[in-house]
Amino acid sequence: MRSDLPLWPDQASAHASAVDILLYGFTGLIFALSVPVFILIIVFAVRYRRGRKVNRRHQVNRNALLEVSWSVIPFLLILCFFFWSAWLFFDLKHPPASALEIDVVAKRWMWKFQHPGGQGEIDELHVPVGEPVKLTMISQDVIHSLYMPALRLKQDVLPGRYTTMWFQADKPGIYRLTCAEFCGTNHSLMGGHFVVMAQQDYARWLQESGVDQTLAAQGETLFRTYGCSGCHSPAATVHAPSLDGLYGRPVALQGGETIIADEQYIRDSILLPQQQMAAGYPSIMPTFKNVLGEDDLTKIVAYIKSLKATQWREHP
Amino acid sequence: MTERHIPETDVEKVSYLRAGHSLRSWLLTTDHKRIAILYLYAVTFFFFIGGAAAALVRIELLTPGGDFLTNEGYNRTFTLHGVIMVWFFLIPSIPNTFGNFLIPLMIGARDLAFPRLNLLSWYIYLLGGTLTLYVLVAGGVDTGWTFYTPLSSMFANGNVVAATVAIFIAGFSSILTGLNFIVTIHTLRAPGMTWGRLPLFVWSHYATSLILVLATPILAITLALIAAERLFGIGIFDPSLGGDPLLYQHLFWFYSHPAVYIMVLPALGVVSELVAAAARKPVFGYWFVAFSSIAIAIIGFLVWGHHMFVSGQSMYASAVFSFLSLAVAVPSGIKVYNWTATLYKGHISLDPPFLFAMSFIGLFVFGGLTGLILAMLAIDVHVHDTYFVVAHFHYIMVGGTVSAFFGALHFWWPKITGREYIMVWGRLTAIFIFLGFNLTFFPQYLLGYLGMPRRYHIYDPSFQVLHVMSSLGASLLGVAYVLPFTYLFYSLRYGKPSPPNPWGVTGLEWTTPSPPPKQNFDQIPVVTTGPYDYPVEMEDRR
Repeated sequence: MRSDLPLWPDQASAHASAVDILLYGFTGLIFALSVPVFILIIVFAVRYRRGRKVNRRHQVNRNALLEVSWSVIPFLLILCFFFWSAWLFFDLKHPPASALEIDVVAKRWMWKFQHPGGQGEIDELHVPVGEPVKLTMISQDVIHSLYMPALRLKQDVLPGRYTTMWFQADKPGIYRLTCAEFCGTNHSLMGGHFVVMAQQDYARWLQESGVDQTLAAQGETLFRTYGCSGCHSPAATVHAPSLDGLYGRPVALQGGETIIADEQYIRDSILLPQQQMAAGYPSIMPTFKNVLGEDDLTKIVAYIKSLKATQWREHP
Repeated sequence: MTERHIPETDVEKVSYLRAGHSLRSWLLTTDHKRIAILYLYAVTFFFFIGGAAAALVRIELLTPGGDFLTNEGYNRTFTLHGVIMVWFFLIPSIPNTFGNFLIPLMIGARDLAFPRLNLLSWYIYLLGGTLTLYVLVAGGVDTGWTFYTPLSSMFANGNVVAATVAIFIAGFSSILTGLNFIVTIHTLRAPGMTWGRLPLFVWSHYATSLILVLATPILAITLALIAAERLFGIGIFDPSLGGDPLLYQHLFWFYSHPAVYIMVLPALGVVSELVAAAARKPVFGYWFVAFSSIAIAIIGFLVWGHHMFVSGQSMYASAVFSFLSLAVAVPSGIKVYNWTATLYKGHISLDPPFLFAMSFIGLFVFGGLTGLILAMLAIDVHVHDTYFVVAHFHYIMVGGTVSAFFGALHFWWPKITGREYIMVWGRLTAIFIFLGFNLTFFPQYLLGYLGMPRRYHIYDPSFQVLHVMSSLGASLLGVAYVLPFTYLFYSLRYGKPSPPNPWGVTGLEWTTPSPPPKQNFDQIPVVTTGPYDYPVEMEDRR
């Protein structure tokens, strides 16, 4: 048995220390609200113990002002912490636009990380220090949850839907990452490490684990293999929308609504093409459900995201 | 100690316990007091089954490796622990035993409004419980008590459908009991027993019953939908079938969060009675305490989303749920402050029931306030699904509800059985439970903040010291839970016969002989005073 007794987790980011400070402050308030109760109960139990001769004369058993004040004042104090904590939480939902984007696919019972340069790793994630990193995550099967205690961060990873999480680690080191949502037999084993590296070490690591193709280039290969290019290229005879510059653009749908073409929309349109049809096109695209796994989808989405708006035509 | 058998007293000869000796007279009884005893046996049985599963879990967690149970075995064990403890101990524990026994006595009625429905409720509970136990032990279910989809509906390889059917059945027992209590409290109050004269125990059971009747059907629907998806592949929760996995979480917590209050509101009612009895003083701010139960029942329906801050739910929804979760603490806080004020200038007794009540207040306050920590959005992101959550809800459920259950058992034991137990043993048990409990669960707060996820049996070796502390505490707690069986059973045979009102407290139940006769009251009493009508400044008038 290891005899060390850690009492506080590592702090690997400014957010982690901000959360800890919030916890200290709130714990202080909690003690301020509860310790008097504990002390009074003990004092009363001793002082007014049955049989002891003390003055027990007291006023009527009702004091509305007192009761309202001991309900309202603690609540208002707690409310200050609510705003503090909500402010930290909202910050987590707004990744900086410049963030390094890494894709994550979870499946029972492993984590797969895809760097934009095409480097893939399993149960281990290398990130540069001092640079915002945005993880776009999806599950191949059940709900998982990526938990990085040293960053005080956790986000459920859902099947069928991208969720995101961002952080900026500022202390190089090796930290634990685990699955926090119960996912079946080997849940306890679904974890590994994330490695925060100095910028130059990260650059070297990328090179050493170098691959021939970037993620988008791997996606392009798949795009051809699965015949997507047959319809979606400018030269195609089939009447299909061009995908150049699609990412981030509003798309008019057949029902009359407009949707922003984000990762989710692109992924869903590959799997369920009839669901959100672009206006003005025949519904002839076959589904790629049960054909493409989430890893391949990630790559194709990365490819489509990389297409620049040179030849975009809103209405052909 | 001289062992002598105290012969039956005259009172006992006409009591409900002696109203028939055959097994049939027990199994077909419609007497609410006998049904309460039947429930007491049943929930105690399930408590020890659930406790045995907890013991296996704590043994496994002594070491960081998975060397005692297999991965699958561990998952099945904690699922068994959760399912049995939540649905077959905590939810029926106080209402179906003490609520059943005491509500008619407290309001001056001869029985509940629907005595046969009451018996039916016990049989349904027993059927659901037996079936669940069989399914969990024979086949095993490895989804956790939360049955999250699509794990439970499409992936888990246990008897999920059978388990949902069993819990579905047990739910009807809850609904029938809740309905029975509501109708009884509305229609069977004795003359003069106005709403303002109801003991606070009855108010909290009224609030509990509202939740039982309104929330349990949601659970039934949710379980039925899991079964539909698993059996027929109807896409409700699994996205690969076109469903939405978060829909399940919304439905499940819309039941299960109010269910937390089903488990704790009756305990709050018990403690209100115990504090007033300990201090021999009216409860400070009766109406605030009474309506805080109703407020908890209502606001409790509006906070379910705080289980889903990291689920991918909209951040605005999360902010609203965080705010409402903080708001639900207000009525709970009112109760605690009012109990403390009740003790002020009281005549405080430290007999066993009152020690349990004090220990309840300590653990409940600590558990409740760490619940506020969990309601803080940014902190919850870190501690959600870790041992911090495990520690928090055990402080409320075990530290709170189980302490109140034992407090109630020690307080009303002389009324229920007509015998007095040996006080010093009761005091020791209360102290052992308090110490064992804190040693078991306080280290889990630290584990959680350090980042130990729940439902892990293979863990980072740096967590081991705290896990060993927790397991040691659990052994002490286990011993403390078994202890009452010795001296309480001993009292049945050798205990002194109890007078009608051994504690010298108010309440209609104490005006009847101990144990009460089958019909409770020879004549329905006429109530002329409030529930805690103690003389002010009793012996100290100067």
